[in-house]
Amino acid sequence: MEDMLFYDRMQFAFTITFHYLFPQLTMGLSLLIVYFKWKFLRSKIEKYNDAAKFWMKIFALNFAMGVVTGIPMEFQFGTNWAKFSELTGGIIGQTLAMEGMFSFFLESSFLGLFLFGEKLLGHKLHFVTGFLVFLGSWASGYLIIATHSWMQYPVGYEVLENGKFILNNFGALFSNPWLLPSYLHNQAASLVTSSFVVAAIGAFYLLNNKHNEFGKLFVKTGVIFGLISSLLVAFPTGDWAAKNVVEHQPVTFAAMEGIFETEEGGSEIVLIGQPNMLEKKLDNKIAVPNILSFLTYQEWDAQIKGLNEFDESVHPTNVPGLYYSYHIMVGLGTIFIGLMLLAVVQLFRNRLYKTKWILWSLMFMLPFPYIANTTGWYTAELGRQPWLVYNLLRTADGASPTVSSGNTLFTLLGFIGLYLLLGMLFLMLAGKIINKGPQLNQQH
Amino acid sequence: MELFWYIVLMTMLAVYVILDGYDFGAGIIHLFFAKEEKDKKAITNAIGPFWDANEVWLIAAGGVLFFAFPTLYASSFSGFYLPLIMILWLLIFRAIGLELRGQIHNKMWETIWDKAFGIASLLLALFFGVALGNVVRGVNLGNVVDGVSTYEAHYFFLPLWNPTFSPQAEQLGILDWFTVLLGIVGVVALTIHGANWIIFKTNAAINEKLKKVVFSLNFVLLALVIVSLLIWHIIEPKPFHNFIDNPWLWIFPVITFTGLFGLFKVKTFKKHGMGFLFSSLFLGGGLASTVASIFPKVLPSTNSINPDLTLYNVAAHEYGLSVGVYWFVIAVILVIAYFTIQYRVFKGKMDDVGYGEH
Ligand code: HDD
Ligand code: HEM
Ligand code: HEM
Repeated sequence: MEDMLFYDRMQFAFTITFHYLFPQLTMGLSLLIVYFKWKFLRSKIEKYNDAAKFWMKIFALNFAMGVVTGIPMEFQFGTNWAKFSELTGGIIGQTLAMEGMFSFFLESSFLGLFLFGEKLLGHKLHFVTGFLVFLGSWASGYLIIATHSWMQYPVGYEVLENGKFILNNFGALFSNPWLLPSYLHNQAASLVTSSFVVAAIGAFYLLNNKHNEFGKLFVKTGVIFGLISSLLVAFPTGDWAAKNVVEHQPVTFAAMEGIFETEEGGSEIVLIGQPNMLEKKLDNKIAVPNILSFLTYQEWDAQIKGLNEFDESVHPTNVPGLYYSYHIMVGLGTIFIGLMLLAVVQLFRNRLYKTKWILWSLMFMLPFPYIANTTGWYTAELGRQPWLVYNLLRTADGASPTVSSGNTLFTLLGFIGLYLLLGMLFLMLAGKIINKGPQLNQQH
Repeated sequence: MELFWYIVLMTMLAVYVILDGYDFGAGIIHLFFAKEEKDKKAITNAIGPFWDANEVWLIAAGGVLFFAFPTLYASSFSGFYLPLIMILWLLIFRAIGLELRGQIHNKMWETIWDKAFGIASLLLALFFGVALGNVVRGVNLGNVVDGVSTYEAHYFFLPLWNPTFSPQAEQLGILDWFTVLLGIVGVVALTIHGANWIIFKTNAAINEKLKKVVFSLNFVLLALVIVSLLIWHIIEPKPFHNFIDNPWLWIFPVITFTGLFGLFKVKTFKKHGMGFLFSSLFLGGGLASTVASIFPKVLPSTNSINPDLTLYNVAAHEYGLSVGVYWFVIAVILVIAYFTIQYRVFKGKMDDVGYGEH
């Protein structure tokens, strides 16, 4: 029984983590492609259209990966989380079905036109199809996060005697206080990923002295969007998300920040330290007093509840994991802002393309937004444990009752093998596209 | 309300089978009949811009199943765990086969992905037929052994097969001779369907040959359909009771056989879309006749202890189903608009449009 739940969880965690590597680029990159196309329509400079075309190739490959790894997500609620699906399907089924009907049809219908229809449609209509693909992917993110928000903060429901959750207020799903902060933060974060990717490829070209014209365009676009989105991720959206957690899941917040004991007279913010679960304290910590209270409540001595105030049975199951995830996300966020700020300053001083060390840093930064996004989701998911639906349905009660651990392990191993293959193919093909680079006035 | 969503769901599934069915068929044709490079190219061009959107019908139908009939979604997806996950893997191979083939120009690379695409399509067609067979045959709900349920009344789990390979054994498996037979029906029917689509959408040299293939396979299909109907009696003692009570339902079998017999004229059709139309009638009608024969059951129980799952005892609650209608109607109008635009832009013969020349 224990094993079975463990493999179910590992399979979900593994497949969703892998899936989300792709949509975060899709959502942000579609916006940047639409931006390049729009620049082209306004200025008629071919370079912008070629840039759009180049990124469309990466986009197509990335999108295909997102689609093939997304379909297992949709099925897994039923295959591995049957009890959860049965009990809450009437509610989260709404938003998931809406996602299929509203966004996936929109995206996939217009993606074909966007990728293959430039000659048939002309530039203006081609721009419109690109915009619709962008809209579809952002709608998809919205509906998924609406689903996820309901699990974090259930609203508009009633529980029947047989344990089933039924919907009694459709509008509440969308006015959920959890939804807007999460959505805005997540979208800003996906723009971070795509800006960093664009900047990194640009830096790669400049450092190799290849495709210099595009290298400059990519670096410039990447750092400007990168700075804006990195700032947005921290403030107001990240700040808002954190306040949201304090308000609705104070025990989660205590674990995220590593507060084992409530501190009278204001909480310190922890920069470094390892949670010691045996002695319930942080080992060798470095912290700045009172800052956390100020950030959270704008009062230096506001009190923040520590884990000691809550019953053990509602503590997040994996406190260290949660603590590290959160600190990695926030730490990376801070580094992103710093780097992009320097890059933009150099850009305005007209020095950026020659400042080698910034270009190198931009190039090596490429994987980090992915790590920040992943750890961000781990913060949200580990923070919700031990609940599937916060305070109402425990994870242990949501798994499929009839699927034995041998079968889940089998499929988990299968997914691992298959996804390793997919990952390698993706890197290889993306590398090939990048190495070939954009073509000036390419024929098709 | 339940009935409304039941009809919606079945219609979406039928649309899925008709649309993605031609993609699977094209894959099978690609595997067995396309020898030359230009034939292969014609086949992938014929489905290139469409297959992705077609697949969305499966995802959307899954979403509607989840939301309108959560108990059925939970029970059948966990019970048919292994084949479903394998379908997911096959869908992945089908998709990457199509998408990655053109990325590198190398003979070996192309061959590998061609085969991946073809074999995945073949197995998918087989699995979907098998799935239909499982639903018609029913499962041991609650996993009753010696008169006692092991699980809650609406849960079950099936291994891929059991040693007896029989649909009437006490311990059932996904694969038995009955479900495999329906799987073969699926493969043959979709091969015909895919061939018709290629004939419709291309001017390929292979088309004349494909017409002959359709013509001969149609005999096989007719024979298989007759055999399945005869065997049906063994599985279900009163297969036609719904049709006897509601004679208007005969319209579905009539549609099915119109499609089937219409296809014998494949060599002389003037309009290119005709063959595709007839095989769509066969698929849509056949699916409708099958589900009509077990209505209102959606998953029959093979033991006498736990009741069948019917569309009424698996549905979500009234309020949710009613609000769903509002957004669903809006969404369907939009979807129809998208598909109209898409098929408009890519109208006519695909090899003239030159899809894939990117
Ligand atoms: C580039 C990625 C990235 C970066 C740099 C940050 N975040 Fe983040 N964060 C995410 C990407 C992300 C995310 C992946 O988008 C999450 C997961 C769930 C969600 O809605 O957004 C998230 C969740 C998330 C949560 C949990 C919400 C929940 O439990 O549902 C909090 C409290 C924060 N973030 C706060 C911050 C703060 C204060 C940051 C300061 C710089 C920050 N994040 C940087
Ligand atoms: C709407 C979006 C999402 C929903 C509805 C959702 C739902 C779930 C469910 C049902 C589980 C299983 C229960 C559990 O063990 O925690 C789970 C676990 C998990 N999910 Fe999510 N998830 C979503 C998004 C994500 C994303 C994008 C990621 C990561 C990139 C993620 C990471 C995880 C992880 C790591 C676990 C395992 C947690 C653990 O083992 O304790 N989730 N989620
Ligand atoms: C457990 C939760 C999830 C499920 C069930 C799910 C389901 C799916 C499915 C079925 C697809 C393929 C759609 C197609 O055929 O076009 C897909 C793609 C996509 N998903 Fe997910 N997904 C999940 C998590 C997420 C999260 C957390 C996000 C973003 C916030 C997201 C954003 C997207 C986007 C933008 C796409 C478009 C294709 C792509 O970008 O690669 N998904 N998802």
